[in-house]
Amino acid sequence: MLLSVENLATYFFLDEGTLKAVDDLSFAVEEQETVTLVGESGCGKTIVALSIMSLVPSPGRIVEGRVLFNGEDLLQVNPERLRQVRGGEIGLVFQEPGAALNPVFTIGYQICEVLRLHRGMTKHEAETEAVRLLGDTGIPDPEKRFRAYPFELSGGMQQRAVIAIATCAHPKLLIADEPTTALDVTIQAEILDLLRYLQDQYRMAILMISHDLGVVAGISDRVLVMYTGKAMELASVRDIFNEPRHPYSQGLLGSVPRLGEGKGELRRGIPGAVPDLMQLPAGCTFHPRCPIGDASCRSEFPPLGSLSDDRLCACYKVSA
Amino acid sequence: MKSNDRPSKRLLLAGSLIPGVGHLLLGKRRQGVHLLALALGLALVLVLRWDAFGEAFSSPRLAPWLSARFLLTALAATAVFSLYDVRRSLALDGDDSTGRSPFQIAKRRFAANQLAVIALYVIVIMYLIAALAPILAPFDPTAIENPTETQYLAPSWQHLFGTDEFGRDLFSRALYGASVSLSIGLLAVLIAVTIGTVYGAVAGYFGGLIDNVLMRIVDVVIAFPTFFLMLMLVGIFEANIVFLILILGLTSWTGTARFIRGEVLSLKEREFIEGARSIGLPHRLIIFRHIIPNAMAPVLVSAALMVGGMVAAEAGLSFLGIGIRPPTPSWGNMISQGQDALLVAWWVAFFPGTLLVITILSFNLLSDGLRDALDPKTLMRKYV
Repeated sequence: MLLSVENLATYFFLDEGTLKAVDDLSFAVEEQETVTLVGESGCGKTIVALSIMSLVPSPGRIVEGRVLFNGEDLLQVNPERLRQVRGGEIGLVFQEPGAALNPVFTIGYQICEVLRLHRGMTKHEAETEAVRLLGDTGIPDPEKRFRAYPFELSGGMQQRAVIAIATCAHPKLLIADEPTTALDVTIQAEILDLLRYLQDQYRMAILMISHDLGVVAGISDRVLVMYTGKAMELASVRDIFNEPRHPYSQGLLGSVPRLGEGKGELRRGIPGAVPDLMQLPAGCTFHPRCPIGDASCRSEFPPLGSLSDDRLCACYKVSA
Repeated sequence: MKSNDRPSKRLLLAGSLIPGVGHLLLGKRRQGVHLLALALGLALVLVLRWDAFGEAFSSPRLAPWLSARFLLTALAATAVFSLYDVRRSLALDGDDSTGRSPFQIAKRRFAANQLAVIALYVIVIMYLIAALAPILAPFDPTAIENPTETQYLAPSWQHLFGTDEFGRDLFSRALYGASVSLSIGLLAVLIAVTIGTVYGAVAGYFGGLIDNVLMRIVDVVIAFPTFFLMLMLVGIFEANIVFLILILGLTSWTGTARFIRGEVLSLKEREFIEGARSIGLPHRLIIFRHIIPNAMAPVLVSAALMVGGMVAAEAGLSFLGIGIRPPTPSWGNMISQGQDALLVAWWVAFFPGTLLVITILSFNLLSDGLRDALDPKTLMRKYV
């Protein structure tokens, strides 16, 4: 097992109270596998990614849990080792490529920085390799783009450069936090192709974060449905799309408009909104919005029960 | 431009032995004129003041010794740079497709602002003159000979700025005074800005307790009455140039520290700083490579303003008699000296005063120009 997150809890200690962004979350990513975290905005998906990298911004803190990466707990290692892991063994791709690149340096410089840091290359070797990598990510005319500044590139090319930076040290795991959200649809497909290509080439696992179910279907092996910082359902991508079991998963899939539907019938989505993470409903946090929930759901959050070998679901009303 | 209608490479290299000519032949007029003017100016000084140069070259005193070496180094550097740059241009073969860096964009915007460009020329020329003062000055600025005959001579071709009550040539004194006043201004600001930038960046980047402690120290330093501190220190130690630079530099870094901290507080929330952390860069590199370069624009603007302020501060202190002590000339103590003779010999205070005004004004204009060029929010349609 490459990555195993166990009972992770990341809280934000604000003046108004404690915000439980991620609470008692466990999941694993196998080598070369693609796992996707799915959920509405504000469900703590990004905080999971930042927690794995130990990059949780203040006043957030990881209060509990373990992040085992190749058996090593990343929450316990010294800062020196953590820096080797960041960028070297785990790469991170951001949602907004324009904001993730430093505006005062060229694209080439920013790739070379990683190559010199993690692959111990000299300046000259790094430059040659960076141009090759830029070409490899599908950027046309890489020698020229090497000397370009971030704002001179289009969003798609910026994201390719960010991906080149995140993968140039050949990490074992790539965390991609909504890598296609800021891009238009045709570019989205190209970026997903690129991720799949790099995954094959470097034998990486990918932990994807997305709320776009089209993206999820296209790239994932397994899907973890998250709600209010907790795991709701974990299943293979086929199972989730063919037969979602958790009422929240059903709601999510039901919100996707389909071709051929009558114009008049608008999809209703899930009624209500994601609750305030500081005032979570007692018991199952989804019960106020749940079509099948009843009084029995209000006492305690349901345990993540096993439906089959590779399928987990946290719901009192769903059983094997 | 196609490569076959260019002059041959050999011609270009030969031409670039005279700095600037290579650039002119390549069609880079601006750089060519600048390099040529600089080289010709320096060469002219060398030829016209050959005797003074020889004397300075073998002088046992530091200022002329340095000045002579500066002249030679500057000439050599101009030639070497010119040759190197022409070769680089030829190697690129007209393909100057380096990206438009934020710095280059700012440079272009700055160049379109004529007032600021003139101010920059004035400042550069002032500093060149200050550096070459021992070679350029026609008389010894401190020698007193036959004061009764040469006292208070009005400006003439022999004494461009006239003479003072001891019969010293004021032009020579003003040149030497320039090197004193201007180097104090520049070096004090360098000290202040370096300390302030690193200090403010560390406070803002780490935040929390470190930030709190560091900023309370800043509050204490700001609360110190600088002027009285200087009066007191000058009473204890002898005021010389190094001492003044340190005093001015070490008491004025707080402003820079404060606004750099503010910049960094907002910068560190930006995603590319998170990105820098996510690729495993250590804090030291994040601060120096990713944070400080992005916070540099306002530092430059305020530094230019500060140099003018420092030159004025030095003049003020020297005027009051607690800065540079006569007979060492500085613009401040020259004005102070001229104050007593204002009705008999107006020129004693007039020339150093004018130079002071021009210098400070130039720095203010430069600062304005830098702000307009570096701040993307300024509307620059007029210039671009």
